[in-house]
This record gives sequence, structure tokens and C-alpha cells, in this order.
Amino acid sequence: MGSRRYLLKKILQAFFTMWFVLTMNFFLFRILPSDPVANMTKAQKLTRAESAALRIEFGLDKPMLQQYLIYITHPFNWGLSFQSSRPVADVIGERVWPTLLLVGISTILSTIFGVLIGISSAWRRGSRLDVNWLVSTMTFYSMPDFWFGMMLLLAFAATLHWFPISGYMGDPTATGWGHIVDVARHLVLPVTTLTIGYLGEYSLIMRSSLIDVMNEDFVGVARAKGLPDRLVRRRHAVPNALLPIVTMVILYFGYVLGGAVGVETVFSYPGLGKLTYEAIDQQDFPVMQAMFLLFSAAVIIANLIADITYGYLDPRVREA
Amino acid sequence: MSILEIRDLHIAYSTQAGPVPAVRGVDLDIAHGEVVGLAGESGCGKSTIAGAILRLLPKETEITGRISLEGENILDMSWGQLRSVRWSEASIIFQGALHGLNPVQRVGDQIAEAILIHDPKKNEKAASSRANELIEQVKLPARRANDYPHELSGGQKQRIMIAMALACDPKIVIADEPTTALDVMVQAQVLNLLKDLQRDLGLSLIFITHDLSVLVDVCDKIAVMYAGRIVEEGPAEAVFETPRHPYTKALGAAFPEIGDLTYRMSPTGLGGDPPDPMLIPSGCSFHPRCPSAFADCSGSEPTLYPAGDNRRSACLLVDQENRKATT
Amino acid sequence: MPLEPFDQQPVPPDSAMPDSGPPLEEKKRTPRQITRARRRRSISRFWRQYRENRLGMVGLVVLAFFILIAIFAPVFAPKSATTETAAAANDQPILVPPGYHCSQILTTDPETGLVTRVEDCTTSPKVFYPLGTDGSGRSVSTLIVWGARISLIVGLVATVMTMLIGAGIGIAAGFYGGRVDSVLSRLTDWFLVIPWIALAIVLASVLGQSLFNIILVIAVTSWAVTARLVRAQALTVVTRPYVERARALGASNWHTITRHVLPNLFPIIFANTILTVALSILAEATLSFLGLGDPLSVSWGTILEQAQGAGATTGGQWWWVMPPGLAITTVVLAFTMCGFAVEEISNPRLRRR
Repeated sequence: MGSRRYLLKKILQAFFTMWFVLTMNFFLFRILPSDPVANMTKAQKLTRAESAALRIEFGLDKPMLQQYLIYITHPFNWGLSFQSSRPVADVIGERVWPTLLLVGISTILSTIFGVLIGISSAWRRGSRLDVNWLVSTMTFYSMPDFWFGMMLLLAFAATLHWFPISGYMGDPTATGWGHIVDVARHLVLPVTTLTIGYLGEYSLIMRSSLIDVMNEDFVGVARAKGLPDRLVRRRHAVPNALLPIVTMVILYFGYVLGGAVGVETVFSYPGLGKLTYEAIDQQDFPVMQAMFLLFSAAVIIANLIADITYGYLDPRVREA
Repeated sequence: MSILEIRDLHIAYSTQAGPVPAVRGVDLDIAHGEVVGLAGESGCGKSTIAGAILRLLPKETEITGRISLEGENILDMSWGQLRSVRWSEASIIFQGALHGLNPVQRVGDQIAEAILIHDPKKNEKAASSRANELIEQVKLPARRANDYPHELSGGQKQRIMIAMALACDPKIVIADEPTTALDVMVQAQVLNLLKDLQRDLGLSLIFITHDLSVLVDVCDKIAVMYAGRIVEEGPAEAVFETPRHPYTKALGAAFPEIGDLTYRMSPTGLGGDPPDPMLIPSGCSFHPRCPSAFADCSGSEPTLYPAGDNRRSACLLVDQENRKATT
Repeated sequence: MPLEPFDQQPVPPDSAMPDSGPPLEEKKRTPRQITRARRRRSISRFWRQYRENRLGMVGLVVLAFFILIAIFAPVFAPKSATTETAAAANDQPILVPPGYHCSQILTTDPETGLVTRVEDCTTSPKVFYPLGTDGSGRSVSTLIVWGARISLIVGLVATVMTMLIGAGIGIAAGFYGGRVDSVLSRLTDWFLVIPWIALAIVLASVLGQSLFNIILVIAVTSWAVTARLVRAQALTVVTRPYVERARALGASNWHTITRHVLPNLFPIIFANTILTVALSILAEATLSFLGLGDPLSVSWGTILEQAQGAGATTGGQWWWVMPPGLAITTVVLAFTMCGFAVEEISNPRLRRR
């Protein structure tokens, strides 16, 4: 059976890519001719003793190859944040959940609505609705996502006061249903920002994919068999048209994460994106490196999931 | 009574540049159990007719005339009626069967789907086993039902398409270039299969192709089309051996016989291309390419003149001969 | 637009073609002259088709408008007007909505210590701020006009770099094949997987904040998409007969690439270039917004960064937030429309039936 080999091959590829990312992370701070510790501590003012201590901690006194081996065998040793002197892993741990909520909900909503709108656009190809939608999509695609968030914040939170202007929750003591509503109110604007930005793209891809599939012979055969149009669409056209969407949504995942950085900053939403922004601001290199690894790992895993899902959906791929 | 009667069929596609006539007045009768061949080059309208019989052409296409299936005019039917007629009374084997199967569905399920659509009781088990029967009927092992289309060869896929076409016991099957995309050896197998099935099940069959020699083998009657019209019609062997229209002659001569030394030395293909449907020549549409054309051919349009036993030909030469014979 | 200089038949003199250099003999032309003439005809044919594309023309007009604004920025206001020190020196009022304004006088209430701002139109002339002023008192319209320069320049230069690297790698992978191809393809795939923003942040932080570094960072994070596209197209071109023929005739690799492969890749590279400019401008805006841009230069992204830092969104100062974003959106949209128009013309499959 080709599926098991396919699965193994994809997992192996993922590991290989992750290794490449780790290696890149290692060398990025050592590519410049100057001293890596000096690079990293540009913003801080350290005494010679502190510098020396850091150097030993980072193992910079050892030969390069040994450094690399130590690094590669301890991929989860992320060190301490410069800014707070707390373990980076802890700092990240506190911020994971809000970002997961934001990115997760946005991806689900933009995929579902993107697919639905794409299907109805393809069905009404050339109509006024279709053309208007195409133009809107192009416009949203040209907008910086963080700026769109700023405008939403300005309009709906700062001016109209419909939604809170920042944060993740207003009342830390709320529990149960109250807590959920509180968080939801804070999520509305950020989620809208992230969703709309990518919804358009997905709808366009679905639309062209469906148009291509509708021209295939087997759709004509289905109709000739006596199937009503909506079943032709649902059973034959759409399942085949969905295949490229799977890859596309995952391909864009990297961009969505990037968008989350800007959006969380705009809304002061305490997630990983805002953490990244703060790390840039404070030149907190350990945090920045950890975020680089985390983001890359997330995308690699997402790609793996996409490959597996695609293999499950399209039997042709498994054999290849 | 004929199972299929086509009267004065005119079909024009809607395009940005205006309506494009594809079929310009076709009459055709197909009796129960008769195999009729429809021959001609690409673009002569034969596939269009195939699509029209089950109303599978794009919505904006202009169709006038009458297509009677078992006495009822298909063009007048409501959608519900049409959908129930599709496949159960007339089915079609599409050109390019290589892409006629849904890539993400098992082939057995696709055949069963055809059965279930027309089964008011939606008995899935019965449909499944009937699908397996059909697969065996087309000389494939029943376990092939679990395969996906990409796991089958071209010939096997075509057999599945045939099995699918027979799923609802139709009275007439339209085979649109069923062997064109296949290797020559496989072509012969599929042709023999079609012949056997037609004989065993007493089906009427419309066989569409550009290869005249194939039709002689399979058909009772052949109709040759050019630029949207039938230019010659008659019993298969007669049309092939003694063509009464210059186009039929050229079509038949275009396929070399193995061992025919005279052909090897002087291939007799026909020069030029079929006319652009928007710019059909005046008079006889074939006259620019016709080796036997004379002065009248560009002026008067020929109709189908009688040309022998059950034969007709739309050539002014035949008309001339007929007149001479009566004088 | 395949060009096969060695296959040319001499072209009869055509009075519609412009003269090129020294007077030519009646019926003979050198291959180079023939090629040039053909190229000229292709360009004019392309332009004729482009003119008919409404979206493309709108995009072009918008772009011309912004380019003119960027070029003539000094006409609107001197460069010094974009610095905070100048604004402070001129006592420009801060956070003023669009419209007329005078300077403000700060008065401190001796009893409560409350500081109030009072408009003073007696000692200072009324100044017209079409888009209001920002948190340092600078006129937003001046910032927009000068920001156009940086945003456009960074976008264009970064794109040139991206295309050089991306197309270079893509062509090399497609043309040389074999080992070279697998190494380059693997490299491209790896760069594609890494999320651009993560790489950009790390690179920019390490390299430091300068205009050139931003351009470099954008190029490093963008080349892989182009490389993949160009490689796929190069693979189809490289297998064509005239490339084999050129090789059989003894043409060097360089000659084959520049004279045969490249001209055929030109349409797709051209379309991709335009779309890459759009993405580069967006990338610069995002990186500047996050604080990775050059702190000394004014670009639309840095305006937004300062607005965010000063709390303009929560403070309701829409005239500071809206114009830069609108400018970015408009320019990116214009480039996208032009890019789609070029794609439609060069790829007949996309043309509406």
C-alpha cells in the first residue's frame, strides 16, 4: 500500500526541513564577522565579566563544530529572555493560548467562508456580484493587514465604542460563560482583521478551481446520468475542487502567522505576535530566536498535515 | 416505429462573436436494435448531435427542430422528466473517456450511482451487486469495482464507461468516438465488445467516429456529415464500397489498407480544412475542396437526393444522374 | 515572442519601421538589425493590446500619479519639513485634524497646574494642513509625499534584487538540470517553507536597521517564489527544439541562455516582476511598522509605526492613520492590476472567452 510509504516519506522530509531551520538559526547569528555576543547584546550595556559569562553560557569559547553539536542536540534550550531574565520557554508558554485562539478561529472562518463564497462566485461567473467580489478581493489583498486592523479599531472601538480597544480580557476574575463572552468581545475585531485579509484569496482559489473542474468530462458524465445540478456540484465538482484549497490554506499559514504579529500589536493583544514585537523593540535576541524556531516549526508541521490530508483526499497522490 | 427520430435539427452555439451554427438541418431515424454510424471530420456537428439528444449542450445554445425518443420530444420535456429519461432510456459514452471518471471515487461506486439515481427505492446493496455484474459483462473482473480510475488502463477505463452506460438498461446508447483515444490493439477489443453487447442486449447504437472503416464493421446504416449537414446516407457496406458523394469517397480513401501498394505510392488525402462554421461556402458547402466540383456547385445548395436502395446523397452530380435517368 | 536570429530571412524594407543608424542596403539586413526591428514591433504590439485592458490602464495612470508625486516631492515641501526638529522649531501644532490651523499657546493655570492649549491666530498666520498634523506637529500630507519616495524606491530596488536572485536560480536550475537542479530546488523549497516574517525579523535584527538592509531582507525572503515559477517555465523552454539546435551548432551556454531561453521567459518574468513590486511595498510597510525599518527615513510604513506608537488608533486620530495605509493600498492595487493585465496579455489561456 502506497500510503504508509507516503506518510513516512513526508514525515522524514519534515524532520529534514526542521534540521535545516535549526542550522540556519545557529548560523544566522554567526554569519557576521563581529562577535555574536556583541551582536546580541547591542542594546544592553554589559561589563566585561558579564560578557565573558554570557560567552561561556553560549558555549562560544568552544570550537564551532562542538558548539553546533551541542546546539543541535538541545533544540529546546532557549535560554533566558534578556528583558525579563525569565526562561524564554515560560514567557512563550503564557502567550501561546491567545494566539492559538486568534489564528485558529481566523483560519477556520476564512477557509469556510472563502470556500462558500468561491463556490457561489464560480456558479455566478461573470455576474455583477461576481465582478464586485473580485474587485473587493483585490482591494483587501492590497491592504496591509495591520493597517486594516488599525482602521477597524479606530472606527468600531475608539469612535463607536462597540468593542474594547485592547487586550484579551477585560475582567480577569470572570469565569464560565461570562469569561467566554468577555474574551469573545475582545476577539471580534482582531479575528475580523485576520479573516478578511485571507478570505478573499481563498475564495479566488476556490472559484478558479471549481471553474476548472466544471469543465472536466466527468462532470458532464454525472449530468448525463441524470443527477440534478446541485448534486453534480456537491458530489463531483466540489470535492475535486477542494483539493488545491488544502495546499493553499497551508501555504498561506506562514503569512497568517506573520499577519498575527501586526494584528496583535495593533490591538495590544497579549499573544505571541505581540511578544515578537516587544522582542524586536527590546532587541531581546533569545526570544526572537525562539519565535523564529516556533514559527518555522508551526509552518513545517502545518505543511505535513496538509500533505497527509491531501494524500487522504486524493488517491492519486498516494501512489506517486 | 423508430426509437429515435430527429427532424430538421438546427443547433447554434452562442459565442461572443455571435451564434455559431453547428448543425444545419439534420433528419435521422434509428430503429429498434439498429446500429447507425455517424461519420465525419472534427467540427462537422456529430458530437453536437450526440450532446443534443440528452440536452447536455450549454444552456445558451439555440436548438430548433424535433428529437423524439420513443415518440416523446426531448426538447419539450421538463427538467424532471428529462433527468429521469437520461441514462434510463438513452445513455452516452463520451469522447475522451480517459477523463470521464471522477478521480476521487471508486469506479464501482460511480456505476452504482447511475443505478441509484433511477432507483426509487435507493437499494444500495442491489446497486452495488448490479455494478459488479456490469463490470463482468464488459469482460473485467468484478474486483475492479474497488479501483480508482487512475489504477486502470485506457482500455479498462473505456470498458467501465461502457458498463456505466448500460447500467440502467437503456434502449439506445450513443457512443461518441469510443475508440479514438485508444491504442489500435485495444480499439479492436473494445469494438468487439460493443458489437457483442449490442447483439446480446438488442440495443440501438449510434456510433460516432471519423474512421469510416470502423463503421463498416459495426453498423447497419451509415450517415456521413459535413459542415453540419448529412451528405450521404445508406446501408453501411454500400456507402463504404460504392460511395455516392465525393466527400465520402475522400473519407474512405483517407485510411490506407495494409498491403495496398497503390496507396503507399500516392496517398489520397483531401486538401484544405473543414469550413469555419461562421463562413460556410455558398451553394454546396463542400465545393471548394471537391475534386468533382463544377459550375453549379457554388450556386445551388443540394438536398439529399435518392441514390439507390435506401440511399441518399446530397450531391448535384447524383441529382444530374437522376434527371438523366428519368429523361 | 520567440526570437531566432539565425533563422532569419532578410526582411524587405518597410517604410513604417524607424531608421536605425547608417543607411541600409535595399533588401539585406544584419541579424542584429532584424532582431531589433522585431523587438520593436513586439513592444508596440504589446502596448496596443495593453491599452485595451481597462484595469491595466487605470493601474498605470495611478502609478504615474504616485511616481510624479514622489519625484516632485520637493515642490510640496522641503525635505527638512519631514523631521521632527523642524516641526518643533516652527512651533507646529500637534495632532491637528485636517483643515486650517494656527499655532497653539500653552498656558499653565497657576492654581491647578493644568496645562491647556489655546489657539493663537493673532501672532501666527493660518496654515492649511490638508491632512492634519501628526504627533510631532509634522504635516501628514508632507510625510505622505516624501514617504512615497522611500516606499517606491525600496519596493523597486528590492524587486530588482529578488528577480536577479530568483530568476537567476530558476533559470540555472531549469537549464542545467541534474545535480544543479536538485540542489537549487531543495534550497528553494527550504526558503519557501520558512515563514517570511520570522526570517525577516531575525535577519533585520542581526543586520541592523538601514535602508539597504531592509532591501536585502525583502529580497532574501522573496526570491524563492520567483525561483520556483521561473524554474517551471524554464523547464518547458529548455526542451524546445531550437535550444537543442543552438547547442548542436556549438553555441555556448551563456549564448543559449541569453539569446534563446531568456527571451522566452521574458513575459512571465515581466508579469512576475510587477506583482513582486506590489508584494515588496507591502513587505516594507510591514517591516517598518514592526520597527525594523530605517529610523532616519520616512516611509509610509514608518508613519504608521509612529502612529501606532503614539496611540493614534485608540486616540481616534484617523487623519494620521488613514492616509498612509490608503496610499499603500492604492499603489499596491495599481501594481497588481498592471501585473494582471500583463499576465492576461502574455498568457492567452487567461483571456476572457
